[in-house]
Amino acid sequence: MGKVKENSWQLLIAMTALSITISLYLIFLYVPSERIMGIVQRIFYFHVPSAWVGFLAFFVAFLCGIRYLARREARWDAVGNASIEIGVLFSTIVLVSGSIWARPVWNTWWTWDPRLTTTLVMWLYYVASLLLRQMVEDKERKARFSAVLSIVGFINVPVVFLAIRLWRTIHPVLFTTEGAAIEPSMLLTLLSSLLSFTLLYFCLLLIRVGLASLEDELNNLKLLSTLHRPEGVE
Amino acid sequence: MNFWRGIIAILRKDVLTELRSKETVSTLSVFALLVVVIFNFAFELRVDNVRQIAPGVLWVALAFAGVLAFNRSFLLEREGGCMEGLRLMPMERSVIYVGKLLANILFMLLAEAIILPIFAALFDVPILNAALWMVIVLGTIGFAAAGTLFAAMAVNTRAREVMLPILLFPIAVPVLIASTKSTAQILDGQPLFEIYAWIRLLLAFDVIFIVLALLSFEHVLEE
Repeated sequence: MGKVKENSWQLLIAMTALSITISLYLIFLYVPSERIMGIVQRIFYFHVPSAWVGFLAFFVAFLCGIRYLARREARWDAVGNASIEIGVLFSTIVLVSGSIWARPVWNTWWTWDPRLTTTLVMWLYYVASLLLRQMVEDKERKARFSAVLSIVGFINVPVVFLAIRLWRTIHPVLFTTEGAAIEPSMLLTLLSSLLSFTLLYFCLLLIRVGLASLEDELNNLKLLSTLHRPEGVE
Repeated sequence: MNFWRGIIAILRKDVLTELRSKETVSTLSVFALLVVVIFNFAFELRVDNVRQIAPGVLWVALAFAGVLAFNRSFLLEREGGCMEGLRLMPMERSVIYVGKLLANILFMLLAEAIILPIFAALFDVPILNAALWMVIVLGTIGFAAAGTLFAAMAVNTRAREVMLPILLFPIAVPVLIASTKSTAQILDGQPLFEIYAWIRLLLAFDVIFIVLALLSFEHVLEE
């Protein structure tokens, strides 16, 4: 890794740490509790940013998929796959945090609401696409299939996003064309939290891509060692 | 013109294979019927009005049967290196996709023609309705469009046919929801303009799936 790369990586880590610290202060000390829902409403500052990162991650994977099919460079596959893994992670957080929030507020863990259903379906699709990756031996074919799946699967994302705008649902709509329907101090906290999660996403993405290239290197070394093994030695 | 000749050649080949073996359509219809019957057992004890669950039962049965059809259409090509033969065709890869898609739609529609009257008798629903047929055709097209693309991928994995339903059902959910909802509304006797929103969604997804599949199919098949 070059000097400049090393420096910007450290800068990203520092900014993420700073941003998360500020967000945590805003969430737990600064912002007032919501009048009706009380303290549990603070889960909102984790729930919404996780959903955003999920969408962002799948969008990045979609772009990487197109890029890979056009250029056939293995690193786009690595970035796309890393992004899907992170997207699945944050979608899981969305589903779990949503359930925890829904229990006291909607009086149920789960309801077959369009927003919840489409989110679950999107999650299932990307989990399945990660499964498919494991089922393909050939590296190049694995990358091609992954790319196609991340392109086709992206139609899930607008469906999830528009679900609360198109159909009758109990899930609230936060951002409308008239702006955000939310109190200023809460909006500030939310924006800070969104920034933190976005920075965290890029940190995780870079780490995961680095890990993938190490995995590659290791596999190549293993392959080399089996090729160069002398006769008769196990 | 070459494009359509290629498509017709593939369609003709699949239909010919089917006419000689008669395996796909018969398996599909028997399987779909079995699903309908099993649902009947499962729900009859708990639901007062069996007619209410009829649309859901119909589309689950069709979806399950569809998975069988799509898997079969590509597993057959794996035998005896047929896929290599298809790849050697001096044409775009999307020709293979469209040919296979048309064959799959045809086989599913034939199976549907067989099970629909039986379904109508079992659930006591009226099926002599042009709008219902249109929804079934549109739903089948959308489901087959995504299914044919994913089946080509699934048969090239270690898990073979197991992978297809896991991938296909989540992506086809909008099609299945739109089909089920509009079938329910038609069976309830609602006017056509009320169903229009769902039919429009169905059409939109048919187009999206076909376009996405046409664009990406060449990357699925290349070796």
